[in-house]
Amino acid sequence: MSAEIKAGPTEASDPGGVPQKRKAALRRFFDAATISVMPIYAFTLLFVVGPLVYMFILSFLKRAETWGVLREFTWSNYTNILKPVYLKTFYESLKLAFFTTFFVALVGYPFGYFMARLSATWKRRMMLLLMIPFWTSSLIRLYGWIIIFRANGTLDKILMGLGITQAPLKLLYTYSAVVVGMIYALVPFMIFAVYSSAEKLDWQLVEAARDLGATPWQAFITVSFRLTLPGLLSGVVLTFIPSMGLFFIADILGGNKVILVGNLIQEQLMKARNWPFAAALSVVLMILTSIMIALYRKVSGVKDLEGLV
Amino acid sequence: MKKSKIPSLYLGLMLALMYVPILLVIIYSFNESRISSVWGGWSLRWYRDLFRDRDIMDAMTNSLILATVSSLSAAVIGTLAAVGMPRANLKGKGIIEYLSTLPIMIPEIILGMVFLVYFALIRLPFGMVTLAVAHTSFCIPYVYMLVKARLVGIDKSYAEAAKDLGATEWNVFWDITLPLILPAITSGVLLAFAMSLDDVVISVFVTGVNTNTLPLKIYTQLKTGVTPKINALCTLMFAATMLIVLMSAWFAKKSVRKTERRISSEEASGIRNSVGLAR
Repeated sequence: MSAEIKAGPTEASDPGGVPQKRKAALRRFFDAATISVMPIYAFTLLFVVGPLVYMFILSFLKRAETWGVLREFTWSNYTNILKPVYLKTFYESLKLAFFTTFFVALVGYPFGYFMARLSATWKRRMMLLLMIPFWTSSLIRLYGWIIIFRANGTLDKILMGLGITQAPLKLLYTYSAVVVGMIYALVPFMIFAVYSSAEKLDWQLVEAARDLGATPWQAFITVSFRLTLPGLLSGVVLTFIPSMGLFFIADILGGNKVILVGNLIQEQLMKARNWPFAAALSVVLMILTSIMIALYRKVSGVKDLEGLV
Repeated sequence: MKKSKIPSLYLGLMLALMYVPILLVIIYSFNESRISSVWGGWSLRWYRDLFRDRDIMDAMTNSLILATVSSLSAAVIGTLAAVGMPRANLKGKGIIEYLSTLPIMIPEIILGMVFLVYFALIRLPFGMVTLAVAHTSFCIPYVYMLVKARLVGIDKSYAEAAKDLGATEWNVFWDITLPLILPAITSGVLLAFAMSLDDVVISVFVTGVNTNTLPLKIYTQLKTGVTPKINALCTLMFAATMLIVLMSAWFAKKSVRKTERRISSEEASGIRNSVGLAR
């Protein structure tokens, strides 16, 4: 380290021959820190703020008869959403999101909680074992489920081999297949969120409750569960939000039977070419998302989502 | 308290369930039979076929170029921002910081949707250019967050000492800050690379008519009907992602170890989690 610091002054001694005073003046105008944040300012304004603002504007514009958008203000894209067909899609989406989140919590909470009780070595091993499926492309994992669910697939072979069922179940392209695919894709978020909250838990408190005569179940409910609630809530938010948008899971595992808000947006964009309506749907989805996060913050009093960063 | 066996059993069972779908894809990629529900013995023929498929090879080239361009652009933008933000004299720093992480916070479908309509508005040609911009947007937060977390742990007295000895800002950055944050940058870039290589949702929206990436190719095949070649492709992509992510984790660990001497273990675990969780 000291060698690196020593290298500083020699290189600093004015290679270009610019007078020291002028350099100081220039530095005041073009402060190095200010210049170095320029790229992210430019990129964020141009490619994050710009698109989001445009989406908002677009959602109030009229669709042209043939192609593109007219510069006329209208509420009709939003009133369109209130049509029974589309309201039903929102309802179905929310229902699936609730289902998914419920099962994810049911499966993921014990996992995260048990994991936090392991020894340090096993915690590290577990982390690694969890990271592999988590980072595997969602397409590969979905393909795995196709192999399992399709007629005469792995599940059918096992069940028929054991004599539990007589004929193929035809599970692929059903609602259950979509739910399983969703749970599988989202359960790691719950596990990590619960784990990071349970890891901070002071186990002596649980022991104290036991010493004072609580049954293991009572101790869990009154101490452990309450203290890991922020993690659980954070996992719920992290599961609920994406489960409304994961259109490709519904697409691949549900055939065309399950239509979510995500599928509707995609269809309006790519097939119906009604961009203003797609924009309005996205704005509503964004608002629902923000409400979820705001509610979570209000309930838990935590500013950041536990386990996210 | 008595140690129960239920927790370990539960953990083991769930882990096994998580690996089954992935293992099935891998096993069937070595299946000799053309009909994938029938086992015809071990074979490498689908791998051979894969490398003879021009379309897939083109998609692979596209994917690699795309991942390289976006993760390196993100490396430059994200690192400069993380280093400069604390000292920059600009208004709205907090807001820009928040907005710049939105691409990994909002549902992917919304990001894909807004990019599609916006790129049409500003007339960017759909294809590699739009893909690169879109991928860069979600690569930046990975680099930014990891580098920012690492910077918290660096002792300010190094930079101050160097400045007292006459070093310029540039010298301080190049000789002191950069070597210290290099593991964090590398970790972020690798993670961003893996994310770009795997992205399908955003790519579906912003790709051009004739531009294919590997995930797009797999997505279309899963919808229309799979050939065993896709198993081989999935297996290779799985191997590549794992290699990259494990390398990233290794660099992050290196970065955390350097940092842990300075900051509390809680913050360090935050860095660790961001590697596992930012998605």
